[in-house]
Amino acid sequence: MNTSGSTTRRRLLMALPLAGAGAVGVAFWKMLSGMQHGSFNPHDINAPVLDRPVPDFNLPGLPPAEGFGTAELKALTAPVLVNFFASWCIPCVAEMPTLMAFKDQLPIWGVAYKDKPDNAAAFLRHSGNPFARLGNDPQGRAGMDWGLSGVPETFLIGPGGVIRWHTATPLSEDIIRGTILPLAARLKTP
Amino acid sequence: MSAPSPTPIRRLFSRLASGLLAASLLLAVPLYGLAVDDPSEMLPDPHAEARAEAIGAQLRCLVCQNESIEDSSAGLARDLRRVVREHVAQGESNQQIMQWMVSRYGNFIRLKPALSLGTIMLWSMPVLALLLGCGAAFFFYRRHAAAPPPPPLSDDEKNRLAQLTGKDDRT
Repeated sequence: MNTSGSTTRRRLLMALPLAGAGAVGVAFWKMLSGMQHGSFNPHDINAPVLDRPVPDFNLPGLPPAEGFGTAELKALTAPVLVNFFASWCIPCVAEMPTLMAFKDQLPIWGVAYKDKPDNAAAFLRHSGNPFARLGNDPQGRAGMDWGLSGVPETFLIGPGGVIRWHTATPLSEDIIRGTILPLAARLKTP
Repeated sequence: MSAPSPTPIRRLFSRLASGLLAASLLLAVPLYGLAVDDPSEMLPDPHAEARAEAIGAQLRCLVCQNESIEDSSAGLARDLRRVVREHVAQGESNQQIMQWMVSRYGNFIRLKPALSLGTIMLWSMPVLALLLGCGAAFFFYRRHAAAPPPPPLSDDEKNRLAQLTGKDDRT
């Protein structure tokens, strides 16, 4: 009676590591299977700025456009899209017509990231300028405070200057229509 | 009495060992400080520069993703190297600099993940694996030890054993 009880206990104890490894295996499988349907991306930088107030920064404008900084974004009462771009960045060039098509539905503020002012201005003359305001970040220091890993990168800023959405991919019509505009509409009517 | 002279094999081994040591020293020199493409990036104080390199080696280049910012020549990595050196020169602690990076780029920038609820499995994996191995070893050892002894030899087998060993077992 007593011996069979201790045997059962010993068996249970021995099964413990096996069960532990099994649980870990299932958890890893669950996590990694998320890679297939996009709920888990190990390359994602996971923008820690999300749902936080915009960082402290202040950018001079690229004449004739006005620059902007933390104060202007915190004073917002309606959502604004902030787009970091550069004239030397091919995906930014490709993205520009999309921004032009939607600039009247949602204000877009641009930041020329590590670009020469002349090059940025020439690029916008050529492609059209979708930006209501245009800051100049020649050293990329403001970009760092935003957690930028490259260009183009786009942030949706809600009223009060809170970062509500972020992507490090070029914007497409699908992303704007399917994600950004509905989110902006929700942010506008609290 | 003179000391015994080393055998040829021993001499060969000692030569091999010193050759390996020299080769590894030669390799170690270019590996250290491969980081910086431009010497003007480096801090004048070698102690501070070494600290900056140690911090940079822990930071992921977000463009190349499997390189540290010290190893990468991407533009962002160069910018982050400069920031690390500025903060080191300002006398900030390693932890403060790491915090600056993590608050901007998230935990992903750490090449060595911090211990947290999300990474507890990762960190406990070696212990779990060891436990599993010990458990399995214990289990199989116990089963082996608990196996019943083989049945005694029959008379025929005893005769054959006596023939083979040339001894009569049955005294």
